[in-house]
Amino acid sequence: MKSLNFSSRDIVCGALFILVGLFFAVQAYGLELGTAVRMGPGYFPFVLAGILVILGIIVIIQGTQIEHEPMGPIAWRGMLFILPAPVFFGLTVRGLGFVPSLFLTALIAAFASTKMRPGMALLLVGGLTIFSVVVFSYALGLPFRRFGPWLGQ
Amino acid sequence: MELFNNLVLGFTTAGAPWNLFFCLVGVILGTLIGVLPGIGATATIAMLLPITFQLEPVSSLIMLAGIYYGAQYGGSTTAILINMPGESSSAVTAIDGYQMARKGRAGAALAIAAIGSFFAGTVSTVLVAVFAPPLTAIALKFGSAEYFSLMIVGLVSSIALAHGSVVKALGMVVLGLLLGLVGTDIYTGTPRFNLGILELSDGLNFVALAVGVFGIAEILRNLENEHDRDVMIKKVTNLWPTKQDWKEMTAPILRGTAIGSALGILPGGGAILASFASYTVEKRMSKTPEEFGKGAVAGVAGPESANNAGAQTSFIPMLTLGIPANPVMALMIGAMIIQGIVPGPNVATEQPALFWGIIASMWIGNLMLILLNLPLIGLWVKLLTIPYYMLFPAIIAFCSIGVYSVNSNVFDLYAVAFFGLIGYVLAKLRCEPAPLLLGFVLGPLLEEHLRRAMIMSRGDATTFVTRPISLTLLLLAAAVLVVVLLPSIRKKRDEVFVED
Repeated sequence: MKSLNFSSRDIVCGALFILVGLFFAVQAYGLELGTAVRMGPGYFPFVLAGILVILGIIVIIQGTQIEHEPMGPIAWRGMLFILPAPVFFGLTVRGLGFVPSLFLTALIAAFASTKMRPGMALLLVGGLTIFSVVVFSYALGLPFRRFGPWLGQ
Repeated sequence: MELFNNLVLGFTTAGAPWNLFFCLVGVILGTLIGVLPGIGATATIAMLLPITFQLEPVSSLIMLAGIYYGAQYGGSTTAILINMPGESSSAVTAIDGYQMARKGRAGAALAIAAIGSFFAGTVSTVLVAVFAPPLTAIALKFGSAEYFSLMIVGLVSSIALAHGSVVKALGMVVLGLLLGLVGTDIYTGTPRFNLGILELSDGLNFVALAVGVFGIAEILRNLENEHDRDVMIKKVTNLWPTKQDWKEMTAPILRGTAIGSALGILPGGGAILASFASYTVEKRMSKTPEEFGKGAVAGVAGPESANNAGAQTSFIPMLTLGIPANPVMALMIGAMIIQGIVPGPNVATEQPALFWGIIASMWIGNLMLILLNLPLIGLWVKLLTIPYYMLFPAIIAFCSIGVYSVNSNVFDLYAVAFFGLIGYVLAKLRCEPAPLLLGFVLGPLLEEHLRRAMIMSRGDATTFVTRPISLTLLLLAAAVLVVVLLPSIRKKRDEVFVED
């Protein structure tokens, strides 16, 4: 007996479509749907959500027919360092101020690469910070505090 | 005569020192990111979008446009020199361009690409100037039904141009539309899908979404397996094409320009499709088709002219209708909105200096590119060797600064990280971000026009097929959809996209 070749990629993708579709459908159903003439805030999103669920089902069905294809490497290290970087900037830009916050943000991001050496990173990020302060803060005049209240200024 | 006056207005606007400066900044930045690995025009424009808020509307749009077509130039440089198309529209150029480079004719290949691009850029600038006003006049007659149908054409075309599964691309469009509806319903003021988060009541931030799915997700993908690029050509000499080259390139440039201009106008069409179409045509018309793939001059001249012409004319739907033909145009529309300009047919009448200034700046920008790139080619070759790990910390930093400066709202930075993750997951699942972004921009507009059209027709859904323009557009959309779903063409399309 020939076994089915499930494509895990398509199963996940289809499931994601269905889940997101259901989420929007439930939310939209809670709003006023209205009629086709006078559509309420829930009408259009409800229809779209329905379409997304159907598309998700089709993706899964297609996934059971296509041969399995490996997912490839996943950038775990990249995610670990890249994704927190903008969040860190958001958390500290007001408190620490633009200069230290940006320096640390770029430093965190720099270690996402396995090829980055600490000395290199400091040099690179230092240069980047100076460049950014000159361009964004002085030349373009973006209204950032260069050093924030957490540093006693 | 009116055309002449308009062009004079355009060139006076674009020729003002300040605007010339930003045009130059744009094309240099564009070439730079076209040459550098791992960052494309879409991510760069998304990143710089908030910063342009500080500039005059004309200057900012001129600069952003410069980045777009500058990136096309830079992309073909890497395609020729290291067989790595910097932008997907120069994927075809790599086939014959790289072979020319291997035969020691890198200089000639670069010059042919530049000359073809410049010629195409000149012709298509004139075309934009000639066709934009009549199209604007038609667009002014558009009712909600027509707008709805036109947006359907745009969305369907973006599906046609996505790689891989059509169903997934369709899913991306729908997901984008839904994300675009997050916030507050414009008709009733009812909050929806905001999960009780106050910051979401104005909707998701477009810049945060674009930076996340194009910028951050792209970096994550590049970090999956890091490898250095081999640059075989260290020095480029003999830039000027030979007499034989001139003879071989003239006709392909003319044909490429025509093909590119025509395909660029179609919403969702644009540069990528144009370059592939031109390559196919040249190969078919050539007396020596066996030369293709081994360094045929026509294989560089045709596609390069076509992608530049297509990039240029894709401004037509954006400028006249306010409908984006590709993600970059969606960002340009975002830039207009940030500046308080309502995109659409009224831009030409209410902001003539802006409208014609952008058009004129395209020609000036193309001239700058040819004057700049050929002499500076040595510098670009050096830049090719910058390793990726030295670049992405800067990209992250600029993304963070850019997004934060839109509204000085830290919530947007958390959204960037969130959409970066989503974008990466979607990329892993082979879902393209471009249709998602188009859907996101068009979502609220699509709903608004659908609801308005239904109210106007008193709930009669046939309004979309009884109005001639609307019907034509819907038939066009249906035709595109049928074409992509046809098995034989799907196979061809898969082959075409195999390059990336």
